[in-house]
Amino acid sequence: MRSGVPRYVLRRSIAALAVVWGSVTVAFVALHLIGGSPVDAVLGPTVSATPGLRQQIIRAYGFDQPLVVQYGVWLGKLLTGDLGYSYQLNEPVPRVLADQLGPTCQLALAAVGVAVVVALATALLAAGRGRVIGAVVSAVEMAAVSVPQFWFGLLALSVVSFRWRLLPIAGDQGVASLVLPAVTLAVPVAGTLAQVVRAGLEEALAQPFALTVRARGVRESVLRVRHALRHAALPALNLAGWTAGSLLSGAVLVETVFARPGVGRVLITAVTAQDTPVVMAVVMLSATTFTVINLLVDLLVPLLDPRLRDGRATREARA
Amino acid sequence: MTCRRMPSARQALTAARKAIRSACPRLPLGSGLSTVPVALVLTVTLLAAVRPELLTQHAPDATSAQTLRPPGSGHLFGTDELGRDVFSRLVHGTRLSLLIGAGATAIGATVGTLIGLAAGLFGNAVDGVLMRCTEVLMAFPELLLALLVITVTGPGTANMVLSVGIAGAPGYARVARARVLAVRGAGFVEAGLVLGLRRRHLVTRHILPNALGPLLVLAAVGFGGAMVSGAALSYLGLGPQPPSTDWGTLLADGQEYLQLAWWPTAFPGCAVTVLAMSVTALGRRLGGSIIGVGR
Repeated sequence: MRSGVPRYVLRRSIAALAVVWGSVTVAFVALHLIGGSPVDAVLGPTVSATPGLRQQIIRAYGFDQPLVVQYGVWLGKLLTGDLGYSYQLNEPVPRVLADQLGPTCQLALAAVGVAVVVALATALLAAGRGRVIGAVVSAVEMAAVSVPQFWFGLLALSVVSFRWRLLPIAGDQGVASLVLPAVTLAVPVAGTLAQVVRAGLEEALAQPFALTVRARGVRESVLRVRHALRHAALPALNLAGWTAGSLLSGAVLVETVFARPGVGRVLITAVTAQDTPVVMAVVMLSATTFTVINLLVDLLVPLLDPRLRDGRATREARA
Repeated sequence: MTCRRMPSARQALTAARKAIRSACPRLPLGSGLSTVPVALVLTVTLLAAVRPELLTQHAPDATSAQTLRPPGSGHLFGTDELGRDVFSRLVHGTRLSLLIGAGATAIGATVGTLIGLAAGLFGNAVDGVLMRCTEVLMAFPELLLALLVITVTGPGTANMVLSVGIAGAPGYARVARARVLAVRGAGFVEAGLVLGLRRRHLVTRHILPNALGPLLVLAAVGFGGAMVSGAALSYLGLGPQPPSTDWGTLLADGQEYLQLAWWPTAFPGCAVTVLAMSVTALGRRLGGSIIGVGR
């Protein structure tokens, strides 16, 4: 076991690196699958160009090189953080995204906070409370998971902002304008988290140790929070990577609904304009975040759960 | 895993149905409470998709002077900014929305199953390469993967369906592969080999039917997700282009008048939610009783 742990860490890290490399390659393939000439995407729909200018663009972007060479050059640039130029804005991609990351991260963090609080509260209060409460809560959880996020946002906007005039309608002005988007973004995450934590709690409460704790005269709330929650938290931790991914894809919709600045808005504009470098950068960013978070979780879980400390614990084995 | 042999799709379905019936009393919502509404929703939706004119007497594109009327007796779900009947537009948009969900699910399930079959049957290098590829694709959130595909193909209904389908394929590939691996070494497959059955026969008649149950469940659960993704992409303007209408484009149109009227936005979204929930409930029920996938 002692030698197994570093080997496990190494193996997982290499696997994660391979996934990141793969996702970067997928992005490169996408760039070169694009219909028509990439020159047209650079020029945009409105500009007509002379053959001379087209030649210049081809040379400047290296479109005339063999694909393998382009791939190598591109990978090399990527390693130095050079993500290329946005065709539409004619700015380096990192600069395009840099200003947008702040609002999106703010939104995502607020949403995670809301989701975790709501999910934990629901699970702690509702786990193992009989069939009626279980049925109602699971129906609500399922609704939260199934409801199209953007529609929930539109309804919230209609009721809270237009009808009651409680919160600002759109934009990014302070905390008040963050409330509705964050809640909207949190809905599906909260639903899924609540399902997983509640199932985990119910399983933990049925185990012999719960009976032992109860027999010691410990209060039910203490049993739930201090003892059972630890068991329920591990499966939820495995959802961390998925959560990050769904927050980013949710941000695309939420930012559109609430007209907030952010990575999601930039992404939609870029998709519509076939501005591939920007799309690729966002997609690679999300895949990398997903992989890194999953790697961290994989490395953390054996530390938190003694039962998994045999060095062979993999995501597949736990799933 | 023990493997029950299911020699044909029909028998798999019969087994599934039997399992559902036996598992029903233990379901959290109670069989009568949830089965009836789910069946009702599915029937009405199918009717709306096949014969929309039976459900509404208004033409979906007929404009009138009564603009933005709230829901009432004349117009069940009110009228939109051009005086068109919202209920009628919703009913007539059902077919496209269903086709988008079904098309994406079919593409995802077919592509994924083929990949999973190949990985499970050929093993070794093929398995390694294909599974690493699916792992990479699974690192992308589905909506972002779909957006990447749309960037390449451009917007439009067919391209959007393709993108949602591709984004869903890795999940099917994993399940198909797992099932193939589970039965590849089973006695009846070995017996088939010994009896000299052709490989193609063995795969299509003996191995694939064993993977069908779980894949069916995944497809039922995935259909709801595909519909919601499709509606989201339509809402973003990347799906059906005017004058084609599905529930997602209705939502996008309604949003512009949200300050004046909630009904053109509320009802299409409600339709997406209710249908997605019903199909997902069906899928989960199948899953809970057949094989325990899809939670």
